[in-house]
Amino acid sequence: MAAAFYYQYRNQILFSVMAGLLLAVALMQGLSVSLTILNLCLISAIMSLGVNIQWGYAGLFNVGVMGFAALGGLAGVLISMPPVSEAWQAGGLGILLGLIITTGTIAAALYTWSQVRHLTKQRYWVIAGIIILGYALLRIFFDPGVVAIEAIDPSVTGYLGGLGLPILVAWPVGALFAAGIAFVIGKIALGLRSDYLAIATLGISEIIIFCIKNEEWLTRGVKNVNGLPRPVPYEIDLQRAQWFQEWALDFGMPVDDASAVFVKICYALLFIAVIAVLLWLSETALKSPWGRMMRAIRDNETAAAAMGKDVTWQHLRVFILGSAVIGVAGAMMVTLDGQFTPTSCQPLRFTFLIWVMVIAGGSGNNWGAVLGGFLIWFFWIEAEPIGLWLMDVVTSGLPSTHWLRLHLLESAAHTRLMTMGVILLLVLRFSPRGLIPEARR
Amino acid sequence: MSFLLGEHMTGGYGATDILYDCSIGVEKGEIAVIVGPNGAGKSTALKAVFGMLPLRQGRILFNDQDITQLKPEERVLRGMGFVPQNQNVFTSMTVEENLEMGAFIRTDPIADSIAQVYELFPILKDKRKQSAGELSGGQRQQVAVGRALMTHPKVLILDEPTAGVSPIVMDELFDRIIEIARLDVAILMVEQNAKQALEIADKGYVLVQGHNRFTDSGEALLANPEVRKAFLGG
Amino acid sequence: MADILNALTLLGNFLIIPGLTYGSQLALGALGVTLVYGVLRFSNFAHGETMAFGAMITILVTWGLQSVGVSIKPLPTALIAIPIGIVVTVILALGIDKVVYRFHRERKANPVIFLIVSIGVMFFMGGLIRFVIGPGDQIFFDGTRFILKAREFKEITGLNEGLSLKMTQAVTIVTTLVIVTAMFWFLNHTRTGKSMRAYSDNEDLALLSGIDPDRVVMVTWIIVAALATIGGTLYGLDKSFKPFVYMQLLLPIFASAIVGGVGNPVGAVAGGYVIAFSELILTFAYKKVLLYLGPDNLELDSLIQFLGTDYKIAVSFIILVIVLVIKPTGLFSGKTI
Repeated sequence: MAAAFYYQYRNQILFSVMAGLLLAVALMQGLSVSLTILNLCLISAIMSLGVNIQWGYAGLFNVGVMGFAALGGLAGVLISMPPVSEAWQAGGLGILLGLIITTGTIAAALYTWSQVRHLTKQRYWVIAGIIILGYALLRIFFDPGVVAIEAIDPSVTGYLGGLGLPILVAWPVGALFAAGIAFVIGKIALGLRSDYLAIATLGISEIIIFCIKNEEWLTRGVKNVNGLPRPVPYEIDLQRAQWFQEWALDFGMPVDDASAVFVKICYALLFIAVIAVLLWLSETALKSPWGRMMRAIRDNETAAAAMGKDVTWQHLRVFILGSAVIGVAGAMMVTLDGQFTPTSCQPLRFTFLIWVMVIAGGSGNNWGAVLGGFLIWFFWIEAEPIGLWLMDVVTSGLPSTHWLRLHLLESAAHTRLMTMGVILLLVLRFSPRGLIPEARR
Repeated sequence: MSFLLGEHMTGGYGATDILYDCSIGVEKGEIAVIVGPNGAGKSTALKAVFGMLPLRQGRILFNDQDITQLKPEERVLRGMGFVPQNQNVFTSMTVEENLEMGAFIRTDPIADSIAQVYELFPILKDKRKQSAGELSGGQRQQVAVGRALMTHPKVLILDEPTAGVSPIVMDELFDRIIEIARLDVAILMVEQNAKQALEIADKGYVLVQGHNRFTDSGEALLANPEVRKAFLGG
Repeated sequence: MADILNALTLLGNFLIIPGLTYGSQLALGALGVTLVYGVLRFSNFAHGETMAFGAMITILVTWGLQSVGVSIKPLPTALIAIPIGIVVTVILALGIDKVVYRFHRERKANPVIFLIVSIGVMFFMGGLIRFVIGPGDQIFFDGTRFILKAREFKEITGLNEGLSLKMTQAVTIVTTLVIVTAMFWFLNHTRTGKSMRAYSDNEDLALLSGIDPDRVVMVTWIIVAALATIGGTLYGLDKSFKPFVYMQLLLPIFASAIVGGVGNPVGAVAGGYVIAFSELILTFAYKKVLLYLGPDNLELDSLIQFLGTDYKIAVSFIILVIVLVIKPTGLFSGKTI
């Protein structure tokens, strides 16, 4: 009876539980904390939607979530920050020339490749020659430009800046960035064995992060880009506004707290709008003939190929789409943070956590992916206080300066990594279809 | 009672059966050949005899013992050898290593057995240090048969040993199989080249859709006009 | 003449010796990845953490030995701690196989599922390691730092450039040589080793031949855990032990295995050195070498470097991509042991 009820209203129940958890945090740790978690839950849910498009629809294994998200973040910087005109004057020409040379080299290499098909062995050398030549040219023009740019007021700028456009523009642009890289990687690794895609995406993501950390002329590297413009009002402006002060008074909250909460709610509404659109699109796609075909390909590649479906091409499309969604989420994340911090790009935190979300939520089900995003992020955040509390209880018998007690308390933070691993393993073993399994159609 | 006998075998991989009350047997020193059209369940019958197919009904008797419940590896220990149709050699290992792996379950010295296989297939001796993947189709089949012989089986089961080899190599292989049978080994094989196979067979089974259709000596089947017309191309 | 010798010494000191060392470390890692791939048929993302775990146990034992005054100077004490590290890591690997992998193996799960499972294991081990020893840098090297100091070399030879050989480098290279030789001897000349190759080559036929799959899997995990512990410890001795570094090693290790041909041990070893030397050759600054070799009045502004040293990690990726595009089966056409 209870089980039947659960299955009928499973989604509603699970999402209510999630809402209840957030509410509990609001009551125990404050509304502001709860909203912070909610906002990151929403972003995680979008990333997990993106991964679900790749994994759930097509069985593609992307280990480069972090890299694609970072590209979205990069878009945030390049779109929204004001341009640094001194830097453009100093080294812009070199950078532009470098870009032209790079494009030219790639075009020349691709063109030559298609023209010299008759040379079997030699064509590799020809291509290598073109690339080396192009690279040498690039370095000649590019390097001085970089040096000049990075010398411009390095403590404040030292980079080219962005376009100075509203940051919301960065969201679709982040999607484009991620899609572009996904196209290249997909071209190389799709159609080969499935784990090659995993390894290739792992690699590209490491390299994207590395570039972002090192190419200071573009991103300021580890010096971070702070003060990204916001799509929502600033707390300080709200606190000064007459209407807001009255409004806060009506709610009986201090103006400071009210302004923080108000800003977070604004973000949350923006994010919910994005997630609603994406969910609607994903659900429509999943129910369309295209979605049926993708599932057919996923479940039996050989048969689908025999029926004349171009499996690799379809995989490439899905891979690009999913990566684009991750790119949007990356751009949203820097928007929320108001800063771009390459050092925070940890694969454990992004890529692998997102995977736990998708698997635990229910691969192949968009609602499952969203729920997984919420639930896992929530526990990831809350596992630390819970773990600390647990360790405190477990070791309460020991004197407060005992080495074991100190060590356990100090290491409690790391238990959440272990917990996530165990959750992933348990789900894969006992409930491989996740909390909200894919609907059997 | 045959030396190896699959009696009233009925079964398949999923919900539908492939074999229906099918019986197949072979005596020591004899060659039994299973022929029939594509999809008749020939290979399935071999797999059933070797324990690689779950049976719903029927039993397998070997040397007067019921072995129906034994796993394939256990049947190897009892003295059965099996040469699958595809991927029947370790391609990355040398010819000699293939033979050694054939004798994996043995704990006694195996040098004599290897020498015996080389005697039967002299070409393998020359190629002993080459990896099996580099050999020609016919040589590979020799390695496959040699590998199965390493346990000195009393029964050798061959699934289309001449698939994909030239007619000359096929004749050569059949000669070797006859030689093996002369060593008092019972040979049960499935063959696509029905005519040539029945010529060397002591006993022939014609299977159609999982049923026994004709069972007789090879000679008699070859002479049977109905068999000739339907299965041997006139 | 002296110029040429100086140039060669430079290359030896900054390219050849470090390349051999790093290549050995990668080779040991790639060998483990390739064995898991060959026998268990999945890319083991937890291998980096296995290396870190083995190194961690070795470090803990080393500290224990150091505290009671055990020393094998001039060699590092860690060398006698390795066997205990191996034993503990083997127990962990077998335990994880029994609790985690075995279930999916019996259900003949898709390789991608195994891959995700290995990521779960990676999480778990990563957490365990950080829980026990913390995320920070650990120092456990003792013994003599240098076998040959650059200054001594200069005095002996009278050259401008020095050639130094660190103890850790020598230990790494020699140990790897011994381990790899033993490994190939095992795979090619013992019954168990051959049965592993047979199982990796053709699982069905191996079963038909009476090879016990459980035993093959067990032996594989034992060897993989041993290789991981040795590789992890050598890397920690030579560079430094920091848990997250081992996760970053995954990419070059996978690249080594794929370059050589996944599932092929010879390829894995060769791949390790290919990746290591490519990294060093592409990020080495040739300025000084060219100054020695070029005409006397040669003047160079830049360092003459193909890639900034920071971009080491990109090298393994570039090579990986080249291999995937041109010859996905790798140099030694892998897929089996």
